[in-house]
Amino acid sequence: MNQTPTTPTDEQPGKASKRMELERLMEVMSAAQIQQGVSLWSDGWKRLKRNRVSMASLWTLVVIVVLAIITPALPLQSPIFQDVKQRELLRPTLFAPANPKGFTWTEKALRDFLSKEKIAEFPENWVVKLRAFRSKVVEAQYAGDESLLIAATPSERAALWYQWFGEIEIAPPEIKSFRLGIADYNEDLTLKRQELIEMSTSDSQRAALQAEIESLEARHPINALWNDPGFISRSMIEFRIFIFGDYCIPSICGTDKLGRDILSRVCWGSRVSLACGLIATLVSLLIGVSYGAISGYFGGRIDNIMMRIIDVAYSIPFIFIVIFIMSFLSAPKVRDTLNEYGINQITVFFLMIGAIYWLTMARVVRGQVLSLKNEQFVDAAKTIGTSQWGIIFKHLVPNVMGIVIVYLTLTIPAVIRFEAFLSFLGMGVQAPDISWGMLVNEGIQVITPIRIYWWMIVFSGFALALTLFSLNFLGDGVRDALDPKLKNR
Amino acid sequence: MQLVVFLLKRLGWMLITVWVVFTLSFFLMRAIPGGPLNGERVLSESVRAQLEQRYNLDDPLFVQYATHLWNTICFDFGPSYKLQDFTVNEVLAQGFPVSAALGIFGMTFALLLGMTAGVVSAVHRTSIYDFSFMLLATLGIAIPSFVLASMAIVLFVFYFQLFPAAGWGELRQIVLPAMCLGAPFAGYIARLTRTGMLEILSNDYIRTAYAKGLSTRTVILRHALRGSILPVVSYLGPACAGILTGSLVLEKIFAIPGMGSHFIEAALQRDFTLGMGALLTYTILLYVMNTLVDLSYSIIDPRVVLE
Repeated sequence: MNQTPTTPTDEQPGKASKRMELERLMEVMSAAQIQQGVSLWSDGWKRLKRNRVSMASLWTLVVIVVLAIITPALPLQSPIFQDVKQRELLRPTLFAPANPKGFTWTEKALRDFLSKEKIAEFPENWVVKLRAFRSKVVEAQYAGDESLLIAATPSERAALWYQWFGEIEIAPPEIKSFRLGIADYNEDLTLKRQELIEMSTSDSQRAALQAEIESLEARHPINALWNDPGFISRSMIEFRIFIFGDYCIPSICGTDKLGRDILSRVCWGSRVSLACGLIATLVSLLIGVSYGAISGYFGGRIDNIMMRIIDVAYSIPFIFIVIFIMSFLSAPKVRDTLNEYGINQITVFFLMIGAIYWLTMARVVRGQVLSLKNEQFVDAAKTIGTSQWGIIFKHLVPNVMGIVIVYLTLTIPAVIRFEAFLSFLGMGVQAPDISWGMLVNEGIQVITPIRIYWWMIVFSGFALALTLFSLNFLGDGVRDALDPKLKNR
Repeated sequence: MQLVVFLLKRLGWMLITVWVVFTLSFFLMRAIPGGPLNGERVLSESVRAQLEQRYNLDDPLFVQYATHLWNTICFDFGPSYKLQDFTVNEVLAQGFPVSAALGIFGMTFALLLGMTAGVVSAVHRTSIYDFSFMLLATLGIAIPSFVLASMAIVLFVFYFQLFPAAGWGELRQIVLPAMCLGAPFAGYIARLTRTGMLEILSNDYIRTAYAKGLSTRTVILRHALRGSILPVVSYLGPACAGILTGSLVLEKIFAIPGMGSHFIEAALQRDFTLGMGALLTYTILLYVMNTLVDLSYSIIDPRVVLE
């Protein structure tokens, strides 16, 4: 295209032929622009889309992940609120819970009930009546009879659910809905904080105020019911209260032996389980790819030593060592020390799982790098003066991503399963955090020949199995889609 | 000769691995508080001194390491920290046969079911058998054994009341845990057998066998199966490791007094000597299994060279 400038001597005949050549070139260029190369990824995606089972798994996973992300914004009951007395091991029901601590009644329904029972005038009477009615309903529900609950008028039901500030504390004139209760707490907190800032009195007074604020924060409904959520979860919970008010989904999956709602626990548990799959896999990816790439690129003695280390590590039963380490870490002393450094036990757990799943990845990446490092593009990079690390991480690593992705799809379910396994043994995630493995374990513990609490096992087990099942199918699909041998089949 | 060199080499690597595991766990134990002295009761000075002497905790760290290493080489893991009056060796000797029996039952079940399903799927390719067997295989792989075991207990123990819920000794008590233990491996084996079988069935020598007029049964069982079994054999190594870990959790669920239960108990109670003993036993077991698998590999396929 960059033709040398024309000379005046052959101007006449040259111009015509030049123009023709130029036109031809333009044609070729435009044709080339229309023609698009098929990259490995777009080709793989196209083939993956043709695989129905994999696509179904992909969509299932998308739904599960989205649900896990927006869990705080869903109108679920509190995952950790306990009520052994009245909600222990209730079977799944489509009706609103007899006692979900405050949720599920509207202010209007409550006011209706109050006026119907003339409660403003007889506060004690109201509490007694409510208690009697509630225990009758709960007893019936235990016996498997929900007719009382169904027959209850909306206002009666509303009153049944009213339990937010505890039975004894209730004084009817101060009855508040959950939303208003939270607003009260927030107002109190703001006032106290302002006072703390504005007051420049003695230290003892300030300390007293500080303690008061702390105890208020601890008793704050959101902190108490959701175990000190982080900033994002907290905003989502506030958003949920803003949208849904006091409504929450009834215990359609039953309750556990401490009266906690299982649906909500399964949803909150999914966050931990999936996060573990993600974080631990990323850690293993980081270690495995770096280790393999370095070993493969440098070769020779370094490679030899690094691979021997992997050989030894392969035959170490890491699962047992992790169990050992976890049991040490859960010692109160160690936990306190870790907390001082700001390290969460769950973080250590995730990192450790990731740190033992990198061996296969390292081997695979090493093999790929070995075959790639003699390619021309590596020589080219060397020629223009790229450093060794630059070559490894900028030129070689991106080229092994295909096979790395295939291994990732195998690692994620393995890691999730391992986390569930450890949590099931009681050595992984610790209460009040929740994970699926832990939920299944709780289910196993209440199994008795007298009554079958199937809902304690089935829902958490199903969630875990569905996730692993979809991940496995998706992994198979991705492997097939990225496998050049199966191309054009 | 080649075999002897191979075995010696493997033995050398095994010793290195065991030493690494030993050192790793020894320093982990010493670095982190806990142990026989950190019980709930506050010990008096003299009792503490006596206990420290009993467990060799009063020497300098290096001497402790050397003593412990020497004892371990002599297969003496010392007294258990938490199980009074038991040495670790006694506990392991009690638990090992139980775990081994469970593992063998589970593995046999996995091999029988997996290979049958794999062969049937490969022979009747793309039929309804193939599809349903492979779906079941993926299910078996995906569902963790403890979820399977929990559901099996609810169904077969309490709902249909076919099997006892827990315990050890009778054949009836082994069925359920062995099946739950073997299920994931049956899934893998079915898939591997199917893939291997499909590959073999397209070979020329299979066509020759058919051309000779052999029946389908003979062709498949005599000619094809032997070749297609290779991937399964190479999978047996990782499968053994999986069976070991799987039996950990199943022993806990079904209250089976095997090594796994003891190990978990040791980890939970911070019983270091017992934990270390179990850990080293597991390591050696795993290594021996892998070596055996490599050996059998070369027996089935003469082209494989041991190195």
